[in-house]
Amino acid sequence: MLEAQNLAARRGLARLFSGLSFRVGAGEALVVTGANGTGKTTLLRMLAGLSAPAAGEIRWNGTPAVPFDPALRAVLAFAGHLPSLKDELSAEENLASLVALAGEAASSEAIREALDNVALTRQRTLPARVLSQGQRRRIGLARLALLPRPLWILDEPVTALDAAGTELLARIVAGHLAKGGLAVAATHAPLGLPTARVRPLALA
Amino acid sequence: MSAAVTAPPTGDVVLPAVRWAAARDLKLALRSRGELGVQLLFYVIVVSLFPLSTTPERNLLATMGPGVLWVAALLSSLLSLPRLFAGDHADGTLEQIALSPYPLAALVYGKILAHWLTTGLPVVVLAPLLGLQYAMDGESLAVLTAALLVGTPILSLLGAIGAALTLGLRASGSLLALLILPLYVPVLIFGAGAVDAARAGLGVSANLSLLGAGLLVAMVGAPFAAAAAVRIALD
Repeated sequence: MLEAQNLAARRGLARLFSGLSFRVGAGEALVVTGANGTGKTTLLRMLAGLSAPAAGEIRWNGTPAVPFDPALRAVLAFAGHLPSLKDELSAEENLASLVALAGEAASSEAIREALDNVALTRQRTLPARVLSQGQRRRIGLARLALLPRPLWILDEPVTALDAAGTELLARIVAGHLAKGGLAVAATHAPLGLPTARVRPLALA
Repeated sequence: MSAAVTAPPTGDVVLPAVRWAAARDLKLALRSRGELGVQLLFYVIVVSLFPLSTTPERNLLATMGPGVLWVAALLSSLLSLPRLFAGDHADGTLEQIALSPYPLAALVYGKILAHWLTTGLPVVVLAPLLGLQYAMDGESLAVLTAALLVGTPILSLLGAIGAALTLGLRASGSLLALLILPLYVPVLIFGAGAVDAARAGLGVSANLSLLGAGLLVAMVGAPFAAAAAVRIALD
């Protein structure tokens, strides 16, 4: 369970949000919405442990989590707004490298299958340099599907995805939730998740 | 779901982390060989400019040779350092590296290792060849190469701290030079001093031992300092 108590964030002197409290349980997705500059990315980076909150506390399964907490790093899959791909490496190499960095073992068949599942079969050996933004995003989806992590934090996951890609994202995240996983996503577009599992959070 | 992976990292995660970072950075370096070539060419040209612009007098050349080679090694190391973290920072990989369950210092250590193998080691290998332009004798060349072999890893290790500290700043390249060059001074003094001692017929072990001690201290401390700086840069 991921909990936040009285979280506050500031950028420079401006206060982005304060007194933010919520709780996300197993099988639930926190969907963060809000206009540009309301602190969605800041909140997600805090929850991921990339930055410290100006005030308040984040807890994972009841234990307070500090920035870069090893306990949190072991359960977290973070997908920021940058796709974390190397232009020089192929789609396959990029995916294998990211999965290995997360400390997970994946056979080359598993990597290939994950790329098949996100409709990148033909782009498997192409360098990431020549892939479109949407195709780069799909490698990120394949990565999420390969990581057995209970907590997913997704920053604008729908960006650059086409209709089929958005559907794929919804299916992958819904599958994750159905298995008892947690997700936190910042988004402008609807994610198409089952409403019973969604806990909305609007930042203003 | 995955209770097994929540165990805190232990000793046997260090080696895979170093291997992951070193192997990936080596692969990336080999895919963009042009950049490596430029840095090496810079080293060769700087070293070759001095005999052309000063004197053909053999004694003078042999005296200033070690110093020139060391300064050129410093500058070429400085030229390649901004790229150590900047690429990963720009494409978001650095966030994934910092959030990996592997210890960040071990991953940073692997990156430093790859940096030395691709930029420091070629400088060491070329040194005896370039030293010939300075009419250096065999013993001086051997001592110079040994000193560079021990000294250039220190440059990569210390430089990584500077590269991480200046990450994402404007004019980070020049700031990096200002920050790191003073720290390079002891390496330069003992490195060039070893060759001077050899030419004067004194033992070189004192200088090389001090360089070796510096290398050990840097190996233990620098990855942790650079890892801390990376975390600050991401905040």
